[in-house]
Amino acid sequence: MDKTSYTISIYSENNVGLLNRISAIFLKRHINIESLTTSQSEIKDVFRFIIIVNVEEDKVKKLIKQIEKQVDVIKAYYHTDEETIFQESALYKVKSSALFEERHIQNIIKDSHANIVTVSPEYFVIEKTGFRNETDRLYHDLAPFGLLQFVRSGRISVSKSKMGISEILKQFKTNN
Amino acid sequence: MTMRTKEQIALQEVKSESIKISGAEAVIRCLLAEGVDLIYGYPGGAIMPVYDELYKFQDQLNHVLTRHEQGATHAAQGYARTSGKVGVAIATSGPGATNLVTGIADAQIDSTPMVCITGQVGSHLLGSDAFQETDIIGISTPVTKWNYQITKASEIPEIFAKAFYIARSGRPGPVLIDITKDAQFDNFDFKYQKCTGVRSYQPVPVLDHESVEKAAAMINQAKKPFIVWGQGVILGAAENEFKDFVEKTGIPAAWTILGLSALPTAHPLNVGMVGMHGNYGPNLLTNECDLLIAIGMRFDDRVTGDLNTYAKQAKIIHFEIDPAEINKNVTADVPILGNCRESLTALLPLVEKKSHSLWLERFHELMKVEVKEVIDKDLRPDKEGLSMGEVIAAINKHTQGDAVLVTDVGQHQMVACRYTDFVRSRSNVTSGGLGTMGFALPAALGAKMGAPEREVVAVIGDGGYQMTIQELGTIFQTQAAVKIVVLNNEFLGMVRQWQQLFFDKRYASTEMVNPDFITIAKGYYLDAKKVDKRDDLDAAVAEMIASDKPYFLEVRVEKEDNVFPMIPTGASVSDIRLK
Repeated sequence: MDKTSYTISIYSENNVGLLNRISAIFLKRHINIESLTTSQSEIKDVFRFIIIVNVEEDKVKKLIKQIEKQVDVIKAYYHTDEETIFQESALYKVKSSALFEERHIQNIIKDSHANIVTVSPEYFVIEKTGFRNETDRLYHDLAPFGLLQFVRSGRISVSKSKMGISEILKQFKTNN
Repeated sequence: MTMRTKEQIALQEVKSESIKISGAEAVIRCLLAEGVDLIYGYPGGAIMPVYDELYKFQDQLNHVLTRHEQGATHAAQGYARTSGKVGVAIATSGPGATNLVTGIADAQIDSTPMVCITGQVGSHLLGSDAFQETDIIGISTPVTKWNYQITKASEIPEIFAKAFYIARSGRPGPVLIDITKDAQFDNFDFKYQKCTGVRSYQPVPVLDHESVEKAAAMINQAKKPFIVWGQGVILGAAENEFKDFVEKTGIPAAWTILGLSALPTAHPLNVGMVGMHGNYGPNLLTNECDLLIAIGMRFDDRVTGDLNTYAKQAKIIHFEIDPAEINKNVTADVPILGNCRESLTALLPLVEKKSHSLWLERFHELMKVEVKEVIDKDLRPDKEGLSMGEVIAAINKHTQGDAVLVTDVGQHQMVACRYTDFVRSRSNVTSGGLGTMGFALPAALGAKMGAPEREVVAVIGDGGYQMTIQELGTIFQTQAAVKIVVLNNEFLGMVRQWQQLFFDKRYASTEMVNPDFITIAKGYYLDAKKVDKRDDLDAAVAEMIASDKPYFLEVRVEKEDNVFPMIPTGASVSDIRLK
């Protein structure tokens, strides 16, 4: 079976220590987490994890079951890239002098549809949200001008199919 | 006047109006409300407020002081395994907490309900590397079903209620509660309410009746069906339903080490143990059956051997409460999620009454081979030295197979589980999944306290015995009438066996130079006897069983005996060796 990039979406309670409990599941199986983001979900008091891993499908299936087994986890799903809408954000900090001395840099920003977040006499910060290859291209284009700092977020993603967490929560209630 | 249980009294006292008490007192009241009357532990700085309350409540809550925190966890496990209740262990912060970890990991892999309580440094000191501070939540996370750090007294009732609910429901397991010292001191309005559900947690999956029907059809059609059952039958209190199912279908049934005792050893359809040192027939015929019915077991590697050659010819039905076990190691054609008591009850009316006499005869034939090649030599050896098997046979004779057997890990464990007779369930206490040497002595203490009316015999090797030998002190102090049998071969026998078979007899660090075990037992004022001759064995075992006090029996056994049959690591179940 081939390794594929899978997006694992976890709906959970927002409890101290749950991140540790979930990451321990990957650690125990010697699986590297490519990226991880956590945030509030569409439901009040329900938290959401997005974890990207590169593994075989039978492995990701077992990971999902181990994750769902945790008491504080409501539901976990896995999806391929094709089954999700996903984005990453990147910030690029560049010397202000470059903006004024190198005319080319203005074209780069315009062509990449990036936004200038802030400008100061010393530096300016560019933000780009998109696919990995887009933030990568901007990185390579800006690198020759000297990047003071670069950072990219983990992937955030929503599934094309329905998640139905409210129904699952209701079902938990009737079964308990 | 009707008798009220302590549980009812404790609930009554605090039911309607809340009362202002300290966090430490709340801990005790929570335990009483959960029906706990016995806990194992070891005091220390960060848990002292709770111990102070234990002193005040000692007429309602018995605390057993073990000699090491690891002993407290194994005793709690032994107690849980024989009583079916939640075992409780308590310790201080830092080393007290870390010493619990082995027992917690053991309880996790063997699905034993246990609540561990640890003290923690004051919440203002968290993260400051204070004296005896350790991140026990971080450390215990991978080996607990759930854990929680309490930093406010007001959290205590809800968290304790949740902890007991989680530990005992669904697939049971260990839960750890860490309580900062200030939370033990603070006063708050106490009110206890039992937990009846956790929103994100479904302990028992809903039974799918379509799967049950599919399974019944497969069972009714099968020509060579074979049952392998595990501890799920015991944990689900499904022994009767299981027996009815086995008897109605006439299907030969074999056990995993943790399933042992759920069906009497002498039952005509009980064909023995599967796995690495299991019986010849059930292992060999795993690869001949046309339907494998797995009930409450998890296809551990010690059961399956090489997965690529495990029961490939068979269809597989898997009864299991934990969805994560389905298709984890072996793919099930029909998974049946749920409590096996409920599933078997639903299945029973759908299966036809049958007998599989020709197929069963195959097990009997292979048993004859095993008797000739292995069992005769174990139970009726022609060597001068005693064998482990004949010691077990002597124990069987004097207990009539109605004792609780507690074993440690290694050769003696395999021999004891292979040869001990059982007539009722919850009679086998051993460390199966984790293989924890040092488990048996403290677990035997707990097993006896969990089933005080029963004879409890601990069979332990000379290696594992010395890992928790200090618990003789606890046994002496409590006078729990545990019968301790040490099978002394002056070797770490199982490792030595592997060295002999797979490492050209290079006995690296397996020979033990042992102390005088009799002097040690006598130092703890225990009755003690040593046997090294066959002629003395029967009388010594008789004397031990007749005693109503704790008793220590050392039996010197043949130094280099091996345990067979054996499936070498990574080999197929059908490559099982008889020598």
